[in-house]
Amino acid sequence: MSTDTPDAPADDAPSRAELAARVDELETALAEATDDDGDKKMSIIATKGTLDMAYPPLILASTAAAFGYEVTVFHTFWGLDIIHEERSTDLKLSSVGNPNMPVPNVVGALPGMDRVTTKMMEKRIDDNDTASIEELIETSLDMGVEFQACQMTIELMDYDEDDFYDGVTTGVGAATALQDMADADIQLLV
Amino acid sequence: MSAAYDITETLDVKGASCPMPVVKTKAAIDDLDPGAVLEVLATDSGSMSDIEGWAAGTEGVELLDQEGDGDVFKHYVRKTE
Repeated sequence: MSTDTPDAPADDAPSRAELAARVDELETALAEATDDDGDKKMSIIATKGTLDMAYPPLILASTAAAFGYEVTVFHTFWGLDIIHEERSTDLKLSSVGNPNMPVPNVVGALPGMDRVTTKMMEKRIDDNDTASIEELIETSLDMGVEFQACQMTIELMDYDEDDFYDGVTTGVGAATALQDMADADIQLLV
Repeated sequence: MSAAYDITETLDVKGASCPMPVVKTKAAIDDLDPGAVLEVLATDSGSMSDIEGWAAGTEGVELLDQEGDGDVFKHYVRKTE
Protein backbone atom coordinates (compact mmCIF):
# COMPACT_ATOMS: atom_id res chain seq x y z
CA MET A 1 0.00 0.00 0.00
CA SER A 2 1.24 3.48 -0.85
CA THR A 3 2.39 5.53 2.11
CA ASP A 4 3.13 8.82 0.34
CA THR A 5 -0.27 10.42 1.02
CA PRO A 6 -0.49 12.68 4.08
CA ASP A 7 -3.52 10.91 5.49
CA ALA A 8 -2.35 7.45 4.72
CA PRO A 9 -4.83 4.88 6.03
CA ALA A 10 -3.89 2.41 8.68
CA ASP A 11 -2.65 -0.92 7.40
CA ASP A 12 -5.97 -2.71 7.95
CA ALA A 13 -8.06 -0.04 6.13
CA PRO A 14 -9.28 -0.89 2.64
CA SER A 15 -7.38 0.55 -0.28
CA ARG A 16 -8.90 3.08 -2.66
CA ALA A 17 -9.25 0.34 -5.27
CA GLU A 18 -11.04 -1.92 -2.81
CA LEU A 19 -13.42 0.89 -1.87
CA ALA A 20 -14.11 1.66 -5.52
CA ALA A 21 -14.88 -1.99 -6.15
CA ARG A 22 -17.18 -2.04 -3.12
CA VAL A 23 -19.00 1.09 -4.33
CA ASP A 24 -19.48 -0.50 -7.77
CA GLU A 25 -20.84 -3.62 -6.13
CA LEU A 26 -23.32 -1.66 -3.99
CA GLU A 27 -24.44 0.47 -6.92
CA THR A 28 -25.20 -2.66 -8.92
CA ALA A 29 -27.13 -4.16 -6.00
CA LEU A 30 -29.07 -0.91 -5.55
CA ALA A 31 -29.93 -0.77 -9.24
CA GLU A 32 -31.20 -4.35 -9.09
CA ALA A 33 -33.20 -3.74 -5.93
CA THR A 34 -34.88 -0.63 -7.30
CA ASP A 35 -35.21 -1.90 -10.83
CA ASP A 36 -38.77 -1.22 -11.96
CA ASP A 37 -39.12 -3.11 -15.20
CA GLY A 38 -42.88 -2.55 -15.23
CA ASP A 39 -43.32 -6.27 -14.87
CA LYS A 40 -46.15 -6.29 -12.33
CA LYS A 41 -47.34 -9.66 -11.10
CA MET A 42 -50.32 -10.97 -9.17
CA SER A 43 -50.73 -14.43 -7.73
CA ILE A 44 -54.12 -15.73 -6.57
CA ILE A 45 -54.78 -19.06 -4.87
CA ALA A 46 -58.42 -20.12 -5.45
CA THR A 47 -59.61 -22.79 -3.01
CA LYS A 48 -63.40 -22.42 -3.02
CA GLY A 49 -65.89 -23.70 -5.56
CA THR A 50 -69.20 -22.14 -4.57
CA LEU A 51 -70.86 -19.71 -6.97
CA ASP A 52 -70.21 -16.70 -4.74
CA MET A 53 -66.58 -17.59 -4.11
CA ALA A 54 -65.83 -18.22 -7.79
CA TYR A 55 -66.39 -14.60 -8.73
CA PRO A 56 -63.76 -12.68 -6.71
CA PRO A 57 -60.67 -14.46 -8.11
CA LEU A 58 -61.97 -14.21 -11.69
CA ILE A 59 -62.97 -10.55 -11.43
CA LEU A 60 -59.65 -9.61 -9.84
CA ALA A 61 -57.66 -11.71 -12.30
CA SER A 62 -59.26 -10.18 -15.39
CA THR A 63 -59.07 -6.66 -13.95
CA ALA A 64 -55.42 -7.07 -13.01
CA ALA A 65 -54.70 -8.31 -16.53
CA ALA A 66 -56.35 -5.12 -17.82
CA PHE A 67 -53.93 -3.16 -15.60
CA GLY A 68 -51.02 -4.94 -17.24
CA TYR A 69 -50.33 -7.44 -14.48
CA GLU A 70 -49.01 -10.87 -15.29
CA VAL A 71 -51.61 -12.96 -13.44
CA THR A 72 -51.49 -16.53 -12.22
CA VAL A 73 -54.47 -18.19 -10.54
CA PHE A 74 -53.61 -21.46 -8.83
CA HIS A 75 -56.76 -23.57 -8.35
CA THR A 76 -56.78 -26.19 -5.63
CA PHE A 77 -59.39 -28.28 -3.82
CA TRP A 78 -62.88 -26.97 -4.67
CA GLY A 79 -61.31 -24.06 -6.52
CA LEU A 80 -60.70 -26.59 -9.31
CA ASP A 81 -64.44 -26.54 -10.07
CA ILE A 82 -64.15 -22.93 -11.28
CA ILE A 83 -61.98 -24.00 -14.22
CA HIS A 84 -63.60 -27.43 -14.67
CA GLU A 85 -65.43 -27.04 -17.98
CA GLU A 86 -68.52 -28.98 -16.93
CA ARG A 87 -68.72 -28.17 -13.24
CA SER A 88 -68.05 -24.45 -13.72
CA THR A 89 -71.46 -24.05 -15.36
CA ASP A 90 -73.19 -25.63 -12.38
CA LEU A 91 -71.57 -23.99 -9.35
CA LYS A 92 -73.90 -23.77 -6.36
CA LEU A 93 -74.57 -21.40 -3.54
CA SER A 94 -74.83 -22.90 -0.08
CA SER A 95 -78.09 -22.18 1.68
CA VAL A 96 -76.56 -22.78 5.11
CA GLY A 97 -73.64 -21.26 6.95
CA ASN A 98 -74.31 -17.72 5.76
CA PRO A 99 -76.43 -15.70 8.21
CA ASN A 100 -77.15 -13.13 5.47
CA MET A 101 -79.10 -15.66 3.42
CA PRO A 102 -82.85 -15.00 3.31
CA VAL A 103 -83.65 -18.42 4.81
CA PRO A 104 -82.83 -19.58 8.36
CA ASN A 105 -80.19 -22.31 8.57
CA VAL A 106 -82.77 -24.82 9.81
CA VAL A 107 -84.80 -24.27 6.62
CA GLY A 108 -81.70 -24.00 4.45
CA ALA A 109 -80.63 -27.45 5.59
CA LEU A 110 -83.71 -29.06 4.04
CA PRO A 111 -83.12 -31.18 0.93
CA GLY A 112 -83.09 -29.16 -2.28
CA MET A 113 -82.57 -25.77 -0.61
CA ASP A 114 -79.13 -25.27 -2.15
CA ARG A 115 -80.83 -25.57 -5.52
CA VAL A 116 -83.37 -22.90 -4.53
CA THR A 117 -80.79 -20.38 -3.27
CA THR A 118 -78.56 -21.06 -6.28
CA LYS A 119 -81.47 -20.34 -8.65
CA MET A 120 -82.16 -17.08 -6.77
CA MET A 121 -78.54 -16.02 -7.13
CA GLU A 122 -78.41 -17.02 -10.79
CA LYS A 123 -81.49 -14.91 -11.46
CA ARG A 124 -79.89 -11.91 -9.77
CA ILE A 125 -76.71 -12.39 -11.76
CA ASP A 126 -78.79 -12.49 -14.90
CA ASP A 127 -80.95 -9.49 -13.98
CA ASN A 128 -77.88 -7.39 -13.22
CA ASP A 129 -76.03 -8.33 -16.41
CA THR A 130 -73.22 -9.66 -14.28
CA ALA A 131 -70.81 -11.68 -16.40
CA SER A 132 -71.13 -15.46 -16.19
CA ILE A 133 -68.31 -17.58 -14.77
CA GLU A 134 -67.67 -18.99 -18.25
CA GLU A 135 -67.48 -15.50 -19.76
CA LEU A 136 -65.02 -14.36 -17.10
CA ILE A 137 -62.81 -17.40 -17.66
CA GLU A 138 -62.78 -16.99 -21.45
CA THR A 139 -62.10 -13.26 -21.12
CA SER A 140 -59.30 -13.85 -18.62
CA LEU A 141 -57.70 -16.47 -20.85
CA ASP A 142 -57.90 -14.06 -23.80
CA MET A 143 -56.12 -11.45 -21.70
CA GLY A 144 -53.28 -13.81 -20.87
CA VAL A 145 -54.25 -14.87 -17.34
CA GLU A 146 -52.67 -18.20 -16.51
CA PHE A 147 -55.03 -20.63 -14.79
CA GLN A 148 -53.28 -23.49 -13.06
CA ALA A 149 -54.93 -26.69 -11.79
CA CYS A 150 -53.17 -28.26 -8.82
CA GLN A 151 -52.13 -31.77 -9.84
CA MET A 152 -52.43 -33.30 -6.39
CA THR A 153 -56.05 -32.15 -5.98
CA ILE A 154 -56.98 -33.10 -9.57
CA GLU A 155 -56.16 -36.65 -8.51
CA LEU A 156 -57.69 -36.28 -5.06
CA MET A 157 -61.01 -35.10 -6.53
CA ASP A 158 -60.79 -37.81 -9.22
CA TYR A 159 -60.84 -35.29 -12.08
CA ASP A 160 -59.09 -35.71 -15.40
CA GLU A 161 -56.59 -33.25 -16.85
CA ASP A 162 -58.85 -32.97 -19.91
CA ASP A 163 -61.80 -31.83 -17.80
CA PHE A 164 -60.52 -28.26 -17.67
CA TYR A 165 -60.88 -25.34 -20.06
CA ASP A 166 -58.42 -25.24 -22.96
CA GLY A 167 -55.45 -23.19 -21.89
CA VAL A 168 -55.50 -24.30 -18.25
CA THR A 169 -52.08 -25.44 -17.03
CA THR A 170 -51.98 -28.81 -15.28
CA GLY A 171 -49.11 -30.72 -13.75
CA VAL A 172 -48.27 -28.03 -11.22
CA GLY A 173 -47.98 -28.11 -7.46
CA ALA A 174 -47.43 -26.06 -4.36
CA ALA A 175 -43.83 -25.24 -5.28
CA THR A 176 -45.02 -23.58 -8.48
CA ALA A 177 -47.60 -21.57 -6.55
CA LEU A 178 -45.03 -20.57 -3.96
CA GLN A 179 -42.60 -19.44 -6.63
CA ASP A 180 -45.33 -17.32 -8.23
CA MET A 181 -46.24 -15.79 -4.87
CA ALA A 182 -42.60 -15.01 -4.13
CA ASP A 183 -42.30 -13.14 -7.43
CA ALA A 184 -45.66 -11.38 -7.21
CA ASP A 185 -46.48 -7.84 -6.11
CA ILE A 186 -49.93 -8.98 -4.95
CA GLN A 187 -50.73 -12.35 -3.40
CA LEU A 188 -54.26 -13.42 -2.50
CA LEU A 189 -55.81 -16.55 -1.04
CA VAL A 190 -59.49 -16.85 -1.90
CA MET B 1 -67.54 17.13 -26.10
CA SER B 2 -64.67 19.40 -26.98
CA ALA B 3 -63.09 19.33 -30.39
CA ALA B 4 -59.62 18.84 -28.93
CA TYR B 5 -59.54 15.27 -30.14
CA ASP B 6 -61.14 13.06 -32.75
CA ILE B 7 -62.69 9.78 -31.77
CA THR B 8 -61.01 6.91 -33.56
CA GLU B 9 -63.33 4.19 -32.38
CA THR B 10 -66.32 3.66 -30.09
CA LEU B 11 -66.68 0.74 -27.70
CA ASP B 12 -70.22 0.00 -26.58
CA VAL B 13 -70.32 -1.82 -23.24
CA LYS B 14 -73.79 -0.67 -22.27
CA GLY B 15 -75.43 -3.29 -20.06
CA ALA B 16 -72.14 -4.88 -19.00
CA SER B 17 -71.13 -4.60 -15.37
CA CYS B 18 -67.89 -4.85 -13.41
CA PRO B 19 -65.28 -5.89 -14.44
CA MET B 20 -66.25 -5.95 -18.11
CA PRO B 21 -66.16 -2.20 -18.95
CA VAL B 22 -62.51 -1.96 -17.85
CA VAL B 23 -61.51 -5.33 -19.28
CA LYS B 24 -63.07 -4.60 -22.68
CA THR B 25 -61.64 -1.08 -22.72
CA LYS B 26 -58.18 -2.54 -22.25
CA ALA B 27 -58.75 -5.08 -25.04
CA ALA B 28 -60.03 -2.35 -27.38
CA ILE B 29 -57.08 -0.06 -26.61
CA ASP B 30 -54.67 -2.90 -27.41
CA ASP B 31 -56.12 -3.07 -30.92
CA LEU B 32 -55.61 0.65 -31.61
CA ASP B 33 -52.58 2.55 -32.86
CA PRO B 34 -50.74 5.10 -30.69
CA GLY B 35 -52.50 8.45 -30.77
CA ALA B 36 -55.93 6.91 -31.28
CA VAL B 37 -58.82 7.96 -29.06
CA LEU B 38 -61.31 5.39 -27.81
CA GLU B 39 -64.82 6.40 -26.77
CA VAL B 40 -66.36 4.01 -24.23
CA LEU B 41 -70.12 3.97 -23.66
CA ALA B 42 -71.23 2.27 -20.45
CA THR B 43 -74.30 2.06 -18.24
CA ASP B 44 -72.38 0.74 -15.21
CA SER B 45 -72.11 3.69 -12.80
CA GLY B 46 -68.99 2.10 -11.34
CA SER B 47 -67.27 2.61 -14.68
CA MET B 48 -66.64 6.28 -13.80
CA SER B 49 -64.32 5.35 -10.95
CA ASP B 50 -63.07 2.11 -12.48
CA ILE B 51 -61.94 3.53 -15.83
CA GLU B 52 -60.39 6.54 -14.12
CA GLY B 53 -58.45 4.20 -11.83
CA TRP B 54 -57.49 1.90 -14.67
CA ALA B 55 -56.19 4.80 -16.78
CA ALA B 56 -54.19 6.18 -13.85
CA GLY B 57 -52.62 2.80 -13.16
CA THR B 58 -51.89 1.82 -16.73
CA GLU B 59 -48.96 2.95 -18.82
CA GLY B 60 -49.56 4.09 -22.35
CA VAL B 61 -53.05 5.47 -21.87
CA GLU B 62 -54.39 8.90 -20.99
CA LEU B 63 -57.92 9.62 -19.79
CA LEU B 64 -59.03 12.69 -21.73
CA ASP B 65 -62.55 13.13 -20.45
CA GLN B 66 -65.47 11.49 -18.70
CA GLU B 67 -69.13 12.41 -18.94
CA GLY B 68 -71.52 11.05 -16.35
CA ASP B 69 -74.55 13.30 -16.65
CA GLY B 70 -76.99 11.09 -18.53
CA ASP B 71 -77.98 7.44 -18.43
CA VAL B 72 -74.91 6.53 -20.42
CA PHE B 73 -71.46 7.12 -18.98
CA LYS B 74 -68.94 8.25 -21.58
CA HIS B 75 -65.19 7.87 -21.33
CA TYR B 76 -62.53 9.12 -23.71
CA VAL B 77 -59.17 7.41 -23.57
CA ARG B 78 -56.14 8.16 -25.73
CA LYS B 79 -53.52 5.51 -26.45
CA THR B 80 -50.24 7.38 -25.98
CA GLU B 81 -47.69 4.72 -26.86
